[in-house]
Amino acid sequence: MKTKFKIWRGDKGAGKHETYETEVGEGMVVLDAVLQIQAEQAPDLAVRWNCKAGKCGSCSAEVNGNPRLMCMTRCSELPLEQGVTVEPMHTWPHIRDLVTDVSYNYEQKKLIKPFKPRKPDAPDGTWRLQQEDIDRAQEFRKCIECFMCQNVCHVLREHDKFGEFIGPRLFIHVAQLEMNPLDTEDRLEDLKKRDGIGYCNITKCCTVVCPEHIKITDNAIIPLKERVVDRYYDPIAKLLRLIGVGS
Amino acid sequence: MSEHKVHEHDVLVIGAGGAGLRAAIEASGMGVSVGVVCKSLLGKAHTVMAEGGMAAAIGNTDDRDNWRVHFADTMRGGQYLNNPKMAEFHAKESPVRVLELEGWGALFDRQKDGRMLQRNFGGHRYPRLAHVGDRTGLELIRTLQDHGIHQGIDFYMEVCVTDLLKDGGKVVGAVGYDRPTGEFHIYHAKAVILATGGVGKAYAITSNSWEYTADGHSLAYRVGADLLDMEFLQFHPTGMVWPPSVKGILVTEAVRGEGGVLKNNKGERFMFNDIPENYVNQTAKDPEEGWRYVTGDKTAHRPPELLTRDHVARCINREVKEGRGSPHGGVFLDIAWIKQHIPNSEEHIKRKLPGMYHQFKELAGVDITKDAMEIGPTCHYIMGGVRVDAETQMSTVPGLFAAGECGAGLHGANRLGGNSLSDLIVFGQRAGKYAAEYAKNNSIGPLNKKDAEDAVQKALAPLERAANGDNAFKISADLQATMQALVGIVRLQDEMEEALPKLDELRKRAKVVPVSGGPAYNPGWNLALALENLIDASEAITRSAIGRKESRGAQFREDYPEKSDEFAKVNTVVRLGKNGAMELEHVPIVPLSEEQKAIIEEQKS
Repeated sequence: MKTKFKIWRGDKGAGKHETYETEVGEGMVVLDAVLQIQAEQAPDLAVRWNCKAGKCGSCSAEVNGNPRLMCMTRCSELPLEQGVTVEPMHTWPHIRDLVTDVSYNYEQKKLIKPFKPRKPDAPDGTWRLQQEDIDRAQEFRKCIECFMCQNVCHVLREHDKFGEFIGPRLFIHVAQLEMNPLDTEDRLEDLKKRDGIGYCNITKCCTVVCPEHIKITDNAIIPLKERVVDRYYDPIAKLLRLIGVGS
Repeated sequence: MSEHKVHEHDVLVIGAGGAGLRAAIEASGMGVSVGVVCKSLLGKAHTVMAEGGMAAAIGNTDDRDNWRVHFADTMRGGQYLNNPKMAEFHAKESPVRVLELEGWGALFDRQKDGRMLQRNFGGHRYPRLAHVGDRTGLELIRTLQDHGIHQGIDFYMEVCVTDLLKDGGKVVGAVGYDRPTGEFHIYHAKAVILATGGVGKAYAITSNSWEYTADGHSLAYRVGADLLDMEFLQFHPTGMVWPPSVKGILVTEAVRGEGGVLKNNKGERFMFNDIPENYVNQTAKDPEEGWRYVTGDKTAHRPPELLTRDHVARCINREVKEGRGSPHGGVFLDIAWIKQHIPNSEEHIKRKLPGMYHQFKELAGVDITKDAMEIGPTCHYIMGGVRVDAETQMSTVPGLFAAGECGAGLHGANRLGGNSLSDLIVFGQRAGKYAAEYAKNNSIGPLNKKDAEDAVQKALAPLERAANGDNAFKISADLQATMQALVGIVRLQDEMEEALPKLDELRKRAKVVPVSGGPAYNPGWNLALALENLIDASEAITRSAIGRKESRGAQFREDYPEKSDEFAKVNTVVRLGKNGAMELEHVPIVPLSEEQKAIIEEQKS
């Protein structure tokens, strides 16, 4: 059916919605419609995408106000007769049309202490791991870096705590490092002081939008918060530390 | 040139997929300065889409496996047109390269004894693929990305290289534009590594992302490098065929590795009907033996669904052509049937193939734990690419290296599944090492400012043309239709000869393509610039395919359906002739050493 797509067009934040009408066929996703509009009507329409299969996390946008991967949003799920609105993610500096500057996420990651493995378990330099011990870290490594969790997190989106708060994507990055049985690095002080984990008040917006269905809040952020609390706010642990016992 | 930013590096890597990142890490570790240019954001390269695993004869899951078996499997799969030195390096070094990733933070699936688990894949005699469910490419690229960002490498994200720069005979840099701003950058380097991936966007039905526009192939060709074996283009047997908008998206071979079977519309498991002679001894006699194989019985042989990709793709093509296909022009791939053998099969499938479960559920509305998938061949991978020295990965142009899919030689006429991810890290590492050595041993050649400025002006020209005539998307679609129809999975002399003047015509249209809008993040302009690369590669594929008058590996010639002894002895080379036209030459294959011959004989049984 012929459907109206209201797409945000413009440069560096200045712009407006342009309406394009295009034919939506069976099985089409929103990215198909946007690329069809690009090919047939607006060749300079800027949109970031790579795999078109939900694996690269490039095509994040706000579809009818909801953060979605355009490649995984079937048009048949949407009330097409009302038209479809497609906008760039609101939290990031706007570049052009549907493309935003997500470099914040890359800069923050550089600051996180890298993986530091324990000595290999076997003389051939390999390690022994049980599957159940790595399931949790593997869950976080499913992250495709679509940055939609960052985009919806109110600490960044509404309170602009950039530079004080790394955000849910980076928390699960820290979590996969901390929960990797081979890792020996300690990132708790950074989490508390530099990364601002205390700002998260567990509204779970990040978990709701995750296209990989990672339980960001329950499985990563809350356990990290608990580790920070145990380290810095547990009076018994504090006492033991004072007298030189424990970490 | 003063208005353009100039960046100086010892080694410039073009491409940030598995090969490019691994090369950059290696070169940087050798103490030279390294820049990496990539068209997309870091971590989004096509490598991220690789699903099944990376082949490495570690021998964890089956201790009969070793480098000799992997070498023989790779050569057999490549129909002995592979560069045997590369196949040997690959088989010997991939275990080291895979295990090294664990020390950089990768978390592969485990077996009960705590070592990495390995999985079955087509053409591999034993379970050999280290993997993480069906998202192995993501694990590889994220590991390299996260490790690489702490190595002092300079990354230039969303920059597209349009030309290489030369000083006399050797390469000394590159010109590219920043996608978000449209500004040009000049890269001055002692050595350049091409790690740009493949050419799949020359075809209408493809598993490849938008980036696969043959950039490295064409950049190398235009500065005089040889391209090797471009006729060998792999059609992966299992791409999605329905709904239309997902046509071509990959369905990992791991579905078959985990026991998935292929059926026609009569419900027949047709792969048992056609088993090639050189695989008869290694293939299951019946479905029961095939099932025992995929569940780890070492006395069983692999099911015929796990024969090489070229063969499986042709069998599917035949079923469809003879009227036994699925409603939407493919066949059925069924993993749900394993419920006959496994009580909790739904959970098992979701755990082993989580990506596929979601992909079909969300894009096709099919629950693969209950119903069969509809699949068909999709353009996936080019075995051909820049001709390189086996040891150093240097091309025939000094200072220019290539690794990964845009390099050639390892895979011969057909690539085994899982041999790509391992190719990236084995030859990425080698390219990085030898490019760094080259940079240490050679002074930097001068930049020719006029060449650089000419490259910039050539790239800007489409933006200055009046906006009438076909846009780049239309020309690209016409190119895809031409290649799909005339130089596709089944080839004929007449059709390919018909393709050549069409390619000439497309080249003429591409040279005058108008572009509307400015240079900042303008996909129409970006595609207009990519057309030259796509057409160069398409011409190379077509001429090479016409030249090889036989059927072998990924090339099936309907007019020459058999293998020929004559063509068994040669590789195809194309290069830019002095008159500007493409030259074709058949060169003798790299001979096997006595030891290699013995290994192939011993592994035939």
